Amino acid sequence: MTANKPWWRPDGFYVYAVLYLTFIYLPVLFLPLFSFNDSKYIAFPLKGFTLQWYSEMINNPSMLNALANSVKIGLVVAILSTIFGLLAAKAVTRYRLPGRGPIVGFIMIPLVIPEIILGISLLILISLANIPLSLLTVGFAHLLLCIPFSMLVLVSRMEGFDRSMEEAGLDLGENAWMTFWRVTFPIVLPGIVASLLLTFTISFDEFVLAFFLSSIEPTLPVYIWSSLRFPSKLPATLALGATIFLISFVIVTFAEWVRRRGVRLESTSGI
Amino acid sequence: MLDISSGLSMKNSISQSKLHFRLRRLFIQSESVRGYTMLSPTFLAMVLGLAMPLVVLFTLSFWLQEYLDFIRTFSFANYFEFFQKPIFGKLLLKSIRISGLVTIVTVLLAYPMAYFIAFRIKKNKLIWLILITVPFWTSYLLRVFAWKIMLGYNGVINSGLKSLGFISEPLAFLLYNPTSVVITLAHAWAAFAILPIYVSLEKIDRSLLEAARDLGETAWMTFLRVTLPLSLPGVIAASLLVFIPTVGDYVTPSLVGGPRGIMIGNIIQSMFGESQNWPMGAAISVMSMFTVAIMISLFLWGTHSYRKRIA
Repeated sequence: MTANKPWWRPDGFYVYAVLYLTFIYLPVLFLPLFSFNDSKYIAFPLKGFTLQWYSEMINNPSMLNALANSVKIGLVVAILSTIFGLLAAKAVTRYRLPGRGPIVGFIMIPLVIPEIILGISLLILISLANIPLSLLTVGFAHLLLCIPFSMLVLVSRMEGFDRSMEEAGLDLGENAWMTFWRVTFPIVLPGIVASLLLTFTISFDEFVLAFFLSSIEPTLPVYIWSSLRFPSKLPATLALGATIFLISFVIVTFAEWVRRRGVRLESTSGI
Repeated sequence: MLDISSGLSMKNSISQSKLHFRLRRLFIQSESVRGYTMLSPTFLAMVLGLAMPLVVLFTLSFWLQEYLDFIRTFSFANYFEFFQKPIFGKLLLKSIRISGLVTIVTVLLAYPMAYFIAFRIKKNKLIWLILITVPFWTSYLLRVFAWKIMLGYNGVINSGLKSLGFISEPLAFLLYNPTSVVITLAHAWAAFAILPIYVSLEKIDRSLLEAARDLGETAWMTFLRVTLPLSLPGVIAASLLVFIPTVGDYVTPSLVGGPRGIMIGNIIQSMFGESQNWPMGAAISVMSMFTVAIMISLFLWGTHSYRKRIA
């Protein structure tokens, strides 16, 4: 029915899609544009091409320090929250658990609570317990925020595969640990990779919790927040934003490529 | 003899099945014990980092601040202050209005896009989904800040229009008002609305749509009577995903809102910052959560009765 129509039908939906993409891309694309502009002021007309802001970015130790803090927290949080998420996802998908619904609902609360509430509640608890604010407190808050996301991703992956494969592993004489390692783990691996990437991204970009729970050591978003108030620091911040954008674009494209390759291999090796 | 042996074997089999039953129960019990053990680290982390802080927040809202210390006696003073000073209630209502508007705008703009990807795109849907999420990999702060660059007094729109000769003076009304907050938030949360709506549209059984068309419905009526009701779960999820976080947002109002665009999040933040009145901040937070919970219940109740009526 639709086969003999041309693939390009310029109907209202295509026009709308193009307009919508313009709406979501346009503001974001001005960031890299002005990061190459040879002027302290972020305004038209453009003055000329420069890499000055990028060299300023690279030669700014406090910015690099904040970047290192964010990467550190992001890596630790990604690994820990994926482990927590994996355990919880296995528990709720593989075992009969009375009261499973309320427990899962409770774990998912961070998804449906404004971050500012989570941030101040943790701040109150931490200061009443006389624990000094540090990168550790930020990391702990990020862990709480990331566990539900990790669990969601992993539950959907675990629900997808056939439990009899695990049983076959056990029947063939593997112990529980080896069964996990040789059967469950390879099947769940794409979910684990997705969870690691997602939780790293969430932690790396998280501002509100870090704002309330960090001390003198800032994460990158906290650093960006403080530099937004100084117009002289802005071009270098834009350069940083453009760089992060490019790097995350490459990482996510690569992850997607790996995932699709995995799917293709799975479908060709099947019967 | 025969009787006895058969009776014996029967007895035997009964005790066997009893034993079997007991073993089964034990196994099931141990199975859930193992499940709970596996769940316990996550659960404990959540009790420690979520339940306890919320209890403490609630408790603190009944205390008072004295310089840098808390007066730890139970009092309703903060809640009295909340209802006495109209600023708090007004700001809370304004925040809910702004977030509600953001939710409506975001969902209305996202729906046709999600529909387009689900029904019109036949190949490479994934590329479209990636295309939509790419802009959201920049930092949230910079994404919000991008709108300050767009709408500012010397920003992209003003300086662009000026250098093109359309205006001689910058348009001051673009930035620092509730409208700029709504635009910025609608942009910042777009992906959160598109994805759930897309998923619920994608799940719809296409044969239902064909059936409706075969039975003589027009395309528009098919949409209204089949597609829209079936995609409602996605719309509800999208609305909640956008509404809840934006009510408490203070980043966007403080970057693009100006004095007329501030929201309840700004007040809460200032109570924990420059104003240094944590118990009052806690009370405002509790009131905000309470109000938001009521709004959401009303919303869910409304959509539930709508779905029941059309079912």
